[in-house]
Amino acid sequence: MKVLTLNFLTCAVKTCKSSADSFPLHPKDAELAHDDIEINPELLANVLPRIDWTALRTTSTELGFPELPAQPPTVEELEADEALLKELHSLLLETQMMEGKLVCGCCGHEYAVREGIANFLLPSHLV
Amino acid sequence: MLPTPDTSHVPYTRVYEPAEDSFLLLDTLSSPSETAFLSSRFSTTAGGCAPLIVEIGPGSGVVIAFLTAHAQTILGTQHVLTCGVDVNRFACAATGRTAAKAVAETMANDDGSGGGGGAGWFLDAVQGDLVAPLRDGVVDVLVFNPPYVPTDELPVPVAGGAERGTTTTFEEESHLLALSYAGGRDGMETTDRLLAALPTALSARGCAYVLLCAQNRPEEVKERIRATGGGWKAETVGTSGKQAGWEKLQIIRIWRATHDA
Repeated sequence: MKVLTLNFLTCAVKTCKSSADSFPLHPKDAELAHDDIEINPELLANVLPRIDWTALRTTSTELGFPELPAQPPTVEELEADEALLKELHSLLLETQMMEGKLVCGCCGHEYAVREGIANFLLPSHLV
Repeated sequence: MLPTPDTSHVPYTRVYEPAEDSFLLLDTLSSPSETAFLSSRFSTTAGGCAPLIVEIGPGSGVVIAFLTAHAQTILGTQHVLTCGVDVNRFACAATGRTAAKAVAETMANDDGSGGGGGAGWFLDAVQGDLVAPLRDGVVDVLVFNPPYVPTDELPVPVAGGAERGTTTTFEEESHLLALSYAGGRDGMETTDRLLAALPTALSARGCAYVLLCAQNRPEEVKERIRATGGGWKAETVGTSGKQAGWEKLQIIRIWRATHDA
């Protein structure tokens, strides 16, 4: 599972959705893999406006990556900064979480990730 | 005709095989009226913010792979993110592979103008129930080919169990396939849950494509959506065109009038 995907996912428990603590989910015991993908600066520029930057900073730090700037770059700044482009490309699209858990900061439920696929099906008592 | 994604690797004993309903979605989403609608809403000049396309219940992945591989043609931009949510773990794995193959084929056919031949970016397929794993308001295009066949009972996904291993029994496989077609009362029990979740799942510019069969009473479904208020519209944008049998299919498009192009 890609780090960019994590920016769109939250706890599947209905009552958690209104809580700020349910996003982003927190990786635990994460085993990461790295895919080599050709960089696409235009795509990144179009993805940047829809990223929740605060959540991405949290995820990035929790996965052991260097801290991202406190504020997101503007599209112009991103396009002019090759190092940042490469860093974001590597983090968002090339990094895969293959195994581990995703933990909700609100209810504490742990979603298993196996072979790169996260399982958000809830046990019946949480549905 | 845009090429149909290769699904020869999909284990059809556990995952729904592409059928007439899947192909109606491909035809409808690539029809002149829908490519015009989607391009006007999502082409890069219309916002500069990559749309997120989510297919619920992708099964083999043939539809979401098609949308990803032909993003430029269908949505007027290749800067598109796509993903899938399926209750069936085998379907999630199959969808990832189908999308990767379809994108690779598009890139191989690139005419050299660069940009990967117009393919978008497939992110992931996650295992889950409808839109439950997704943050509110992030989906720009939602596609759903639901379990629409009326059945006495509605099968329930198993959170762990069968899908933990790589082998499955005949009963487990039957259960996985039942999840893909059995729709309970009027074949609408799962679709009704999805329709109820749309206003919170979709972005302000979001729209949804949902497949219905004649027994789902599509005219009543559309009326119910329009009656919810909030400017919601629902129109039939594709039909199987066949009169025989009870499984006459149609695709309805659901969107908000406030963002009409």
